[in-house]
Amino acid sequence: MDAKTEQHQNIVVRFAGDSGDGMQLTGTNFTLATALYGNNLSTFPDFPAEIRAPVGATFGVSAFQIYFGSEDVTTAGDEVEVLVAMNPAALITNLKYLIEGGLVIVDTGAFNAKNLAKAKYLSNPLEDGSLQAYKVLAIDIHSQVIAAVEEFGLSHKMSLRCKNMWTLGLVFWLFDRDKQSTIDGLKAKFANKPDIANANIAALNAGNAYGETAELPSGVEVYKVPKADQQPGTYRNMDGTTALAWGLLAGGQLANLGILFASYPITPASGLLHTLARRKDYNVITFQAEDEIAAVCAAIGASFAGSLGVTSSAGPGIALKQEAISLAVSAELPLVVVNTQRGGPSTGLPTKTEQSDLLQAIYGRHGDTPLPVVASSHPGDCFDTAIEAVRLATKYMTPVMLLSDGYIANASAPWLIPDFDEYEPFPVEFHDKPEGFQPSLRDAETLARVWAKPGTAGLEHRIGGIEKSYDTGDISYDPDNHQKMTDTRKAKIDNIANDIPMQEVHLGNNNAKLAVVGWGSTYGAIHQAVKRCIREGLDVSHIHIRHMWPLPTNLKDLLAGYDNILIPEMNTGQLVKIIRSEFLLDAKALNKVSGQPFKISEIEDAIKSELN
Amino acid sequence: MNQAVNKLTIKDYTSDQEVRWCPGCGDYAILKTIQKLMPEFDRPKENQVFISGIGCSSRFPYYMNTYGFHTIHGRAPSIATGVKLANPELDVWVITGDGDALSIGGNHTMHALRRNVNLNILLFNNEIYGLTKGQYSPTSKVGTHSPSTPQGSIDLPLSPCAVALGSGAAFVARSIDTEMKHLSAVIKTAHAHEGASFIEILQNCPIYNDGIFENVKDKKIAADFRVEIEHGQALIFGKEKNKGIRLNTKTLSLEVVTIGVDCPLEEVLVHDQTNLTLAQLIGAMGGDDSPVAVGVIYHNPKPNYVDDLFIQREQLSQGKDQGKLNELLRSGHTWEVA
Repeated sequence: MDAKTEQHQNIVVRFAGDSGDGMQLTGTNFTLATALYGNNLSTFPDFPAEIRAPVGATFGVSAFQIYFGSEDVTTAGDEVEVLVAMNPAALITNLKYLIEGGLVIVDTGAFNAKNLAKAKYLSNPLEDGSLQAYKVLAIDIHSQVIAAVEEFGLSHKMSLRCKNMWTLGLVFWLFDRDKQSTIDGLKAKFANKPDIANANIAALNAGNAYGETAELPSGVEVYKVPKADQQPGTYRNMDGTTALAWGLLAGGQLANLGILFASYPITPASGLLHTLARRKDYNVITFQAEDEIAAVCAAIGASFAGSLGVTSSAGPGIALKQEAISLAVSAELPLVVVNTQRGGPSTGLPTKTEQSDLLQAIYGRHGDTPLPVVASSHPGDCFDTAIEAVRLATKYMTPVMLLSDGYIANASAPWLIPDFDEYEPFPVEFHDKPEGFQPSLRDAETLARVWAKPGTAGLEHRIGGIEKSYDTGDISYDPDNHQKMTDTRKAKIDNIANDIPMQEVHLGNNNAKLAVVGWGSTYGAIHQAVKRCIREGLDVSHIHIRHMWPLPTNLKDLLAGYDNILIPEMNTGQLVKIIRSEFLLDAKALNKVSGQPFKISEIEDAIKSELN
Repeated sequence: MNQAVNKLTIKDYTSDQEVRWCPGCGDYAILKTIQKLMPEFDRPKENQVFISGIGCSSRFPYYMNTYGFHTIHGRAPSIATGVKLANPELDVWVITGDGDALSIGGNHTMHALRRNVNLNILLFNNEIYGLTKGQYSPTSKVGTHSPSTPQGSIDLPLSPCAVALGSGAAFVARSIDTEMKHLSAVIKTAHAHEGASFIEILQNCPIYNDGIFENVKDKKIAADFRVEIEHGQALIFGKEKNKGIRLNTKTLSLEVVTIGVDCPLEEVLVHDQTNLTLAQLIGAMGGDDSPVAVGVIYHNPKPNYVDDLFIQREQLSQGKDQGKLNELLRSGHTWEVA
């Protein structure tokens, strides 16, 4: 066919299909090829909680969205321009994301009466004119795949499993991507099953060839997306889960400590356990405990014994751990608690994202139990925030809460790989001198309690959750001592504000009409929205907070310099409460709790209505 | 090192803290036994770690001049597991009670035993909640009157040893608070065992549940109410040493017999501590019609979690101290931008 081309600076593609159709794998392969092509990109896997929902069901639809292009890309994009829908259920649940005039690729082989009924279509949308607003590329992918893999003698069912690779081949052609990285990946993945590898590769090639040779309907064009102007260096594709796991390993090395990572499976946090379980050669031991409480307690035990205890969960599991976290506050032991937040309350939306555990992180324990809270704002940032969490935990002998969320954990973006040798080490020095030793010894500057680990001769001592004498560490019920200890624990955490960077303005001026203040995974959407508004001449800035507690010392004065403050959050207003109560500033909230990240346009609209 | 260790005495293992249990509490006797036993282990004092949860017994670590951590209710086995995984060189002891280990912390007790983590778990069973002022516990007999069960408790008690055996424990024993010699011998065997060991110590609470174990403790009558078991020895008891335990092979149950009257000596059951089925039967004795078994009920070593974990780790690291992070960051697909 005549390969007409269409130029795009940035474009959003969404793959949707049955949860058994392999859409996440398709998306991951497309992401890699796109990164190798040289585009900036950001991805958003959007999958159901059901592992294998009944075939064709709308609640079993799994989607993968990627935004890529030549500009800086920090979200998975608002407006889908190309939608791949592998069956009627995928079409009916995803068509709402496609812009008018966008391209939808469908597998007509899946549009039979049974699947249409399951998707609750009264008539076939491919025939009833309901897709007139879009460009439609309708191909019988079923038949194409069966023909393409015939020579490998696979069963009908196994042959059809290759249809995601056929489709990927077609999409590669549509965007002029190199298919070699996918071929290499298939060969490696199915090294022991060459027939399966070859069938998938044949399907990929066939889909690709189909694009080149078939007569495609008019209006369907090859998309040209220019390469981005990227900083030189070595890149890799990085998702938030891997970045956080590797950040913990990095933190352990910088602190010169072994890590015990103790966790209990929970969506969307389990990926951390899986990633670290394969990395026991990096001085980490992973322990799948019998429950959330056992996991945090094992981590605390490891810290008592001189390792760095780390535990990880999502909101419901963190709630279970809180009593033990209070013990770690009282015993003044280091601990890193990772919360990959998900939609709540209760089981809520396990696979969807939310930021509704900020108050739980800062305030959610019994007694006065302050601890530092750090939040990651994008996948690559997880590496650095994990290191920061380890630094604070070991330097101040305190639990640290590290907030990620379901979006960051699963999203990926190209990451300029840092040189680890350039990171400043912060080695832990265990106390080893018996003279004058008390378990209550404190560093005069940081107020951190001494870390004396079992196995050190002459330092035998007892600690516990009962209030301890400030002077000796022995049990004390003395009223003045409890006041002093409570004040000391608070002062130790408050003092961390002097050991973290000053708050910067990410985009815009220091005293604009409006500051958009965010934290966590809203970073990308806020960044794009503020960038677009500034381009339009609006007086707006973006401030993104990493240290959620204690807050940076300059934050109050910085925010006071703006006429208005808008705080977008994926909750009903948590940071906004803290800013208002801590600083007495009239911050306004912009809230969304649909389980989906903010769209750029939603924040853009809110900025404009604030400024008008 | 050994020479120095051997010179230690009970004083070296006694902390400077004033003991705050009620006068007459069985915990005093257990504390003294363990403080006295410690020097015999031939291990550096700094390698001994006592972890406890919450309850009267859980104050124990404060009184040992070793490393100790008094933690939160029910979680001592989990904290202790973390300690052992972080440093397998340490001897890790869990001091717990019937409420701590079997009620709020039942799950952790079960899994520590199942996993076979190298911990020495000592459960002080007084069949009552002491620290919260006398409520009935999961081991209290039916009909126990307490502030929370003024008409008498109506739910069936758990047997600690049955729970331990059911959880897959490889070492299960029972002893008595005030019997220093017996308790010392059992603890020594438990300490030498590789893997999780579980000892139920019958412990008298003089305030809220006084005398519940009197039958097995009172020297005048104890011989008729308890049988001291030993591997390879027949289960014989009674003041006259004329009573025995026989396995009824038709009903698959144990029965009390009088030797030479209704049963020849050869038919008295011989204890085999490696036989799980026998251990379950022997551990469950102690109702109205059978004596309480004290001693090592089950001892049958199996692979332990800590050793296997470090073997896996060794295989992965292939002797390297630790991986180079820059290599990890650059592993898999990477690309250059010029």
